[in-house]
Amino acid sequence: MKHIKTVTKNNLKDTLISGGCGECQTSCQSACKTSCTLGNQKCEKKEK
Amino acid sequence: MVHLIEFCGKYAALDVESGSVHAIDREAMRVLTFKNAGKTNKQIRNDLGEGVEEVLQEIEELEQQGLLYSDPAENLSELKFNTPVIKALCLLVAQDCNLRCSYCFAETGEYHKNRALMSFDIAKKSLDFLVKHSGNRKNLEVDFFGGEPLINFDVVKKTVEYGRELEKKHDKIFRFTLTTNAYQVTDEMAEFLNREMKNVVISIDGRKEVHDKMRRDAGNHDTYDRVVKNAHKIVDGRGDKEYYIRGTFTHENLDFGGDVVAIADEGFDQISLEPVVTAKEYAIREEDLPQLKHEYEMLARHYVKRRKDGKGYNFFHFMIDLNSGPCLNKRLRGCGAGSEYLAVAADGSLYPCHQFAGIDKFYMGSVEEGTVDAGIKQAFCDTHIFTKKGCEECWAKYYCSGGCAANAWFDSGDLKTPYRIGCEMEKKRLEAAIAIKTFSDELV
Ligand code: SF4
Ligand code: SF4
Repeated sequence: MKHIKTVTKNNLKDTLISGGCGECQTSCQSACKTSCTLGNQKCEKKEK
Repeated sequence: MVHLIEFCGKYAALDVESGSVHAIDREAMRVLTFKNAGKTNKQIRNDLGEGVEEVLQEIEELEQQGLLYSDPAENLSELKFNTPVIKALCLLVAQDCNLRCSYCFAETGEYHKNRALMSFDIAKKSLDFLVKHSGNRKNLEVDFFGGEPLINFDVVKKTVEYGRELEKKHDKIFRFTLTTNAYQVTDEMAEFLNREMKNVVISIDGRKEVHDKMRRDAGNHDTYDRVVKNAHKIVDGRGDKEYYIRGTFTHENLDFGGDVVAIADEGFDQISLEPVVTAKEYAIREEDLPQLKHEYEMLARHYVKRRKDGKGYNFFHFMIDLNSGPCLNKRLRGCGAGSEYLAVAADGSLYPCHQFAGIDKFYMGSVEEGTVDAGIKQAFCDTHIFTKKGCEECWAKYYCSGGCAANAWFDSGDLKTPYRIGCEMEKKRLEAAIAIKTFSDELV
């Protein structure tokens, strides 16, 4: 494509089925203690 | 929903529901802007001329692949937010501090109450409480917080030791973390932290003059030099374990990018710098936003440049994982305060999180009684992007997940009304993070 270059192909909806185990870190514990930006959090399942 | 980003003269498009990201040129930016305004292809051709045909075709192709204007998952807002188990605690092991920082939300440790140290008995009961309420979750988190937790080092040590016993007995894993001002760090403490803590968060505000202005000791002396030295004592021995140098910026240092750079120049490469919460006279104001947004842009460029030069560092808010990251369930649920994460005050009282500690209205019970106020827990469970005002329509919802409940409360007295200034900063940080991932070296 000339005008649009896809950088990240994603389908968040799929993770509804695969996810939800709740084992991952509580967002506020990580570093900031004042916000819950969680785009940067890791999925425990994928880490293994 | 498609969010269009203009960042340092570059353009990107985020397809909100799928999480896909595209780098786009100026022409595509124009067409997508029209589409976002609700114009039909016919109107767009009329307004912009036949030359846009190519762009329209590309858009259509991506729509068919579910990468642009994709639909939300079905019945997402009706998803049952089943009552979560408690899996994380913040222990205020010392409601007292050896510093007197002007902006401290915990009132230098007092938390609206009296100064106090947590006894080992309460700390022990806290871990028992956590194990009991964690159902079949294996990974449990305990953050030692304060005040300054290291002034109660003995209890921290014993608590970790007790946690290791519980791990074996109950087949759990405790992930301990600690947040310190690094004012008083012995070799023994550093060695212990580096052995036992999954993450250590050290408070430094950046440039010496900025740090020393706010972070004074009890005798009103500067603390920067001493703290940096101690921070190195910890960080240099951490190996590949996590740490963060975490600073606070206020209305007084809106050029906080300079502070991030100063921390990086001190030789630290894991950095988080956060806007102050609640301290009235230092609070970030509406009129500060343009400068702050500009500052995040400058910082993004500096960040990329340093990486390019082989002297890179991580800035907490720029490290977003566009490809995988957490599942949608997690993104909908938010920070978990009051539901899966609680704070324990020095006397064993429970609160929804450290920011609410000591506020009577949010008292949720105590680790001694072992019960949790179901009403408050439910109120927090019911606070998510589908119930918070404006979140469902916001492009940032799956990254921000509705923002900080404490910020909302302190700002408006309503858990469900997001702190607007916080939203603006959050969105700018996300745009910066997406731009860094999308354009990388081209930003400098
Ligand atoms: S940025 Fe604000 S409006 Fe958007 S999701 Fe976060 S809290 Fe809600
Ligand atoms: S309410 Fe705010 S401070 Fe408390 S856990 Fe959530 S994001 Fe963190």
